[in-house]
Amino acid sequence: MNKKSTQSTMLFPYVLWLALFVFAPLLLLIYQSLLNIDGQFTIENIVTYFTSATYITMTIQSFIFAGFITAVTLLVSYPAAYVLTRTEHKELWRMLLILPTWINILLKAYAFIGILSQSGPVNEFLETIGIGHQQILFTNFSFILVATYIELPFMMMPIMNAINEIDPSLIKASHDLGANEWETLRNIIIPLSMNGVRSGIQAVFIPSLSLFMLTRLIGGNRVITLGTAIEQHFLVTQNWGMGSTIGIVLVVLMFIVMKLTNNTPTRKRGGR
Amino acid sequence: MNRLLQFMGTVVVFILLLLGVNLYLSHSSGAATSDTLTIYNWGDYIDPDLITEFEEESGLKVVYETFDSNEAMYTKVQQGGTKYDIVVPSEYMIERMIDEDLLHPLDYAQIEGMEHLVPEFLDLSFDPGNQYSVPYFWGTLGLIYNDKLIEEGSITSWADLWNPEYSDRLMLIDGAREILGLTLQSLGYSLNTKDLNELAEAEAKLSELAPNVKAIVADEIKMYMIEEEAPIAVTFSGEAADMMWENENLHYVLPEEGSNLWFDSIVIPKTAQNISGAHEFISFMLRPENAALNAEYIDYSSPNQTAIEEFIDEEVVSDEQFYPNLADVEHLEVYKNLGLEYIGIYNDIFLKFKMK
Repeated sequence: MNKKSTQSTMLFPYVLWLALFVFAPLLLLIYQSLLNIDGQFTIENIVTYFTSATYITMTIQSFIFAGFITAVTLLVSYPAAYVLTRTEHKELWRMLLILPTWINILLKAYAFIGILSQSGPVNEFLETIGIGHQQILFTNFSFILVATYIELPFMMMPIMNAINEIDPSLIKASHDLGANEWETLRNIIIPLSMNGVRSGIQAVFIPSLSLFMLTRLIGGNRVITLGTAIEQHFLVTQNWGMGSTIGIVLVVLMFIVMKLTNNTPTRKRGGR
Repeated sequence: MNRLLQFMGTVVVFILLLLGVNLYLSHSSGAATSDTLTIYNWGDYIDPDLITEFEEESGLKVVYETFDSNEAMYTKVQQGGTKYDIVVPSEYMIERMIDEDLLHPLDYAQIEGMEHLVPEFLDLSFDPGNQYSVPYFWGTLGLIYNDKLIEEGSITSWADLWNPEYSDRLMLIDGAREILGLTLQSLGYSLNTKDLNELAEAEAKLSELAPNVKAIVADEIKMYMIEEEAPIAVTFSGEAADMMWENENLHYVLPEEGSNLWFDSIVIPKTAQNISGAHEFISFMLRPENAALNAEYIDYSSPNQTAIEEFIDEEVVSDEQFYPNLADVEHLEVYKNLGLEYIGIYNDIFLKFKMK
């Protein structure tokens, strides 16, 4: 009994937090999305969303970009995480990985503007090796590059943790039973680290759907995601209803992505 | 666990210490008593010597805070709890603040020097009779180009932006009213139009501009143009003056078809604490010699006729791009508050354009 009451006291801050910062905003968002600019109750926002070619294309574009960013981060992260967990100074590598996240995202974006601009070092280099100046800023390429850079730690950390947690005796056993490096990786390590990959995808995909700061600074608004539309509705047109509707669509999409990534058939994990 | 608690404890002590310092600082600067004047203005938008001079002359202590967008300023003033005595918003925001009853009417018995202002800049639609605002700086929207990359004199109008030669070379300011407005003006329509046919025509015309657009950005235009990232940009005259100061290859063009005429004006918010001090400051800034000092420091166009005629450098004032002949004022339009519905329509068109 006593134990139970301590537990509920300990739970109290978390419940309060959930109520104030998760459920209340969500309800407000739903409420706002049912108001038009004159403050009347209506479902016209959601109808507009699904009948407007603009929003549908924008959603598809956002998805494609977010998918690309997630795929590239995963492709870079997994092998790197695999190698890093086998090095001697794991903690140091992990530290170096977290370090860039301590720097403000705007500063990093501005740094990239300097690096990728016409007079930047990348173009100087291209010039010296004879390729000549290229337009790098304001292209899909630069947007995906910078977004990948920024999201990388959020993909790599969970994967590193997952690989780290694998019982080394399983790997030993695999080698003892005659599997080579590659077979061990494919049959033991990858399946056992899928949890990390899943959290990585969830942590990267959703924020990538609405990276509005980068779309302007690096993409020069030549790359448009749902974030651009939300920003516009809240700041310029004061159409909070429409902005909230797009926000809700993002939340729903997030649940779908969670569901999809969680439902991938998990094999019975032996030994754990 | 112990070490974690120690760490958390250190953080908490540190935060409390900082809070104390903050409290002490805000007390010693004596925010918002009757012997201070709190000014809320754009960053780097006043000659600091003028503040010192005003402090000496009036015996008031000036607290100067800055904002970087009308919307940010609006939110702060509207939510209350601020004690700004002087704010300098742009004209469309002033109209909105008047509508929402956020401004204190000016008492002209306490203001000297209104007669110095250019008469054309008074009694405009956003504040009829200047009941609430006094012009601070003004300007236009125009084109800036780099003569190393574009032949000098080859750009004179908005229509030139559509020239297929400039494929992927334009930088536009990220504003629906600005970009749609210039398109409307290039078609000979008003930039305040509420005619849906004209807007549809502008939308079609605007979509033809898409191949020429390299980027749609905000304040970064200044940096990009100085660093020659793009040869042509659409920007405000005040920003253009700054860029030209940094890079002498740049030239500003006030387009033939006309342009938007914008104002940043001094207002007194309802929440002001030192109303008489605010009026004193307005009179101080209206003095031609002060207006001239300020204009020469900021490089924006002054609305003070006497300052223009007698104090500001002849070479600056004779530049038609920054001080256009006011006989042309009919081509220059001030933004009207279109109402939320039309702001929505303008922005939807702009959003579609961005996605091209």
